[in-house]
Amino acid sequence: MSTASDHYPTLDDAAHPIRSYPKFLWWCLGQATNGGLLFYLWMFVLTAIALVGANAWSVQVAEGMIVTNMTDHVSWGLYIANFTFMVGVAAGGVMMVIPAYLYHDKKMHDVVVIGEMLAIAAILMCLLFVLVDLGRPERFWHLIPGIGRFNWPMSMLTWDVIVLNGYLLLNLHICGYLLYMQFLGRRPNQAWYLPFVWVSIFWAISIHTVTAFLYCGLGGRPFWNTALLAPRFLASAFVAGPAFILILFSCIHRAAGVKIDDGPKRLLINIIRVTALVNLLMVISEVFTEFYTGGGHTASARYLFLGLHGHNALVPWIWTAVAFDVLSTGLFLSPLVFRYSKVLIAACAMAFVGAWIEKGMGLIVPGFIPSTLHEIVEYTPSLTEWKVSAGIWAVGLMTLTILLKMWITVFSTRPSLSHESPASDQPA
Amino acid sequence: MTADDNADLHQSSPEPSRLLPILNQPATRRTALKAAGAALGLAAFGKAVSPLWSIPENVSVDEFLQQHYKELSDTDKQKVFARLESETQQKLGVEITISDPPPIPGVRYGYAINLSKCNGNGACMEACNKENNHHRGVQQSYIRVLELPKGTMDMEAGNTTYDHTVPQDDKYYMPVQCQQCDNPPCVTVCPVEATWKEEDGIVVVDYNWCIGCRYCEAACPYHARRFNWEEPEIPSDEINPDQGYLSNRVRPQGTMEKCHFCLHRTREGRLPACLEACPTGARVFGDLNDPESNINWVLQNKRVFVLKEELGTQPSFFYFFDS
Ligand code: SF4
Ligand code: SF4
Repeated sequence: MSTASDHYPTLDDAAHPIRSYPKFLWWCLGQATNGGLLFYLWMFVLTAIALVGANAWSVQVAEGMIVTNMTDHVSWGLYIANFTFMVGVAAGGVMMVIPAYLYHDKKMHDVVVIGEMLAIAAILMCLLFVLVDLGRPERFWHLIPGIGRFNWPMSMLTWDVIVLNGYLLLNLHICGYLLYMQFLGRRPNQAWYLPFVWVSIFWAISIHTVTAFLYCGLGGRPFWNTALLAPRFLASAFVAGPAFILILFSCIHRAAGVKIDDGPKRLLINIIRVTALVNLLMVISEVFTEFYTGGGHTASARYLFLGLHGHNALVPWIWTAVAFDVLSTGLFLSPLVFRYSKVLIAACAMAFVGAWIEKGMGLIVPGFIPSTLHEIVEYTPSLTEWKVSAGIWAVGLMTLTILLKMWITVFSTRPSLSHESPASDQPA
Repeated sequence: MTADDNADLHQSSPEPSRLLPILNQPATRRTALKAAGAALGLAAFGKAVSPLWSIPENVSVDEFLQQHYKELSDTDKQKVFARLESETQQKLGVEITISDPPPIPGVRYGYAINLSKCNGNGACMEACNKENNHHRGVQQSYIRVLELPKGTMDMEAGNTTYDHTVPQDDKYYMPVQCQQCDNPPCVTVCPVEATWKEEDGIVVVDYNWCIGCRYCEAACPYHARRFNWEEPEIPSDEINPDQGYLSNRVRPQGTMEKCHFCLHRTREGRLPACLEACPTGARVFGDLNDPESNINWVLQNKRVFVLKEELGTQPSFFYFFDS
């Protein structure tokens, strides 16, 4: 790689150096790590945060989970809370896949890869969040089917391992294949990606359902033991995912100068309008059942919303989430979101943060409070937990940035192709 | 989408150099800078994760590669036990023996507690702590004794952290430990089969196989599982040298543990440490399959109940009152 022309190959040239897929990926990666000052600054900050996280995690491995604030009473905390939420974000990407492939929405087709890339980064974060939650990470190989002892199909956790990794592979394949074809200037062969797209749509639902089953299958935890958990998960995922994608659109516009068409934006907003309402409805149903019925089973819900016996660490959190949920739903329903991009971003941010609290700490922690013997031990994440979590978020954002830059690079290398982008392959 | 839109979407950067800045720059310089950046990043990463270098010191290759308990042959087991014995010798200067008594064929253990007799003195908890080489830093024990107001079974009214004199007149006391469920949710959920039910009904944990995900702890409805949040610390002279591989040996950091009915004692015909320590005689232990056993006498002559029966866990642990 000595001259500039090596990096901007004329693709029709038969002697073109990048013909193999690995070479293409390598070239893409190289291109994706080029950028302006802002890009380097952004990556530098993320790297710094990731390093702080890596360091905190190493200390945790060396000294034990005692450096977290988790206890035998509250044995899952911030890590699993983030994990649960990120599964939702990963599944949320499917809300672009469905219109793009199911309804042949051509404009969505042009940007659907963004949703799939978000899914890749989110699943990577999920896997990292599970890894840092293990007391003995060096024994992770016990989980590998074949060489370990995989408790399948009994343990819901093994199901989760399968669906998460499967979803990651599916999306890696679809994204990579479409980008490569775009780059080569060839039409993607439907046989090579459409079946995977169909599978990935069901798969997206399954990752979230299985993750919900992880909790709602536990009879001893009445707060989780509700049939509404999986549908609620999905509803809030389909708010948080598209909300994040809308924010991404605006970032891509601002940072890279690539303007995303209004069509996909409108569609995503309309999706959120429905899912946010469904989500609110389900929250209300659950709160009603808990409080109107009363009885011992409501202790966790009471702890979460009102505080229990003077313990109320989560009360301000959950009411913030409720306020964000309601406010953002109101904004999404108003015509303002179409008119002012600032309003849209604010609504998206509130929906995202609201879902993060509600599906994260608001779901995991009250499951443990009061404990199964009805003792109340509260939990606030330790600094180590915050550092590790921030580190994983940084890694996720870095991955997403690189992936998006690959996408932008390919599209700017082969702009002409967009006229016959994959959508036009569809038999009308 | 119009052609203009398309151009906007895909070509919006007016000069390609914004997206492909490499075009206008000497590649070598940029490549060199990138390489330097990557090298720096790697070095920083190495430094950041340096606390991990303690793993090879603490986890030997043999331990890392050790198979699941059920896959170990007898010779493998002997090697593992010898390794653990010598490690304890080196670390703490204590000579211990690790045994591995198998379940006695035909025996199924059951435990019962006479709530009329239990006065909440906590001797069982203390005995458990000593017998099972619990971490001394925390008041760890497999047993929790709930203090409940008379007239209710509602655990929410209970308390395990009382420190007044016992018994109080208006209270009664209910010790809770692993119920050795017949249908144990903790075993169902474990992703790596690090915990299972033995033939005599005791649910055990392979401390060398558990990955520390704590799913079982979330699943247990009786708060019977304990996690080793840090390396247990026990003064050398307090170590109980009579250790079972699946029971009271000193547990590694980052793994799960639980009550095992003192299987290193009970499978050799002795009684659990908590029972021996109980000054009121509230505890009854024995073989459920033996019609002559104490525990069967209780089941036949007392009105016994189990905790949280509605969950379908089918405990082998019973409670009763004298009436
Ligand atoms: S009491 Fe808890 S730990 Fe013991 S067997 Fe039942 S579920 Fe498992
Ligand atoms: S903590 Fe250990 S024993 Fe419990 S579920 Fe996880 S791997 Fe299994």
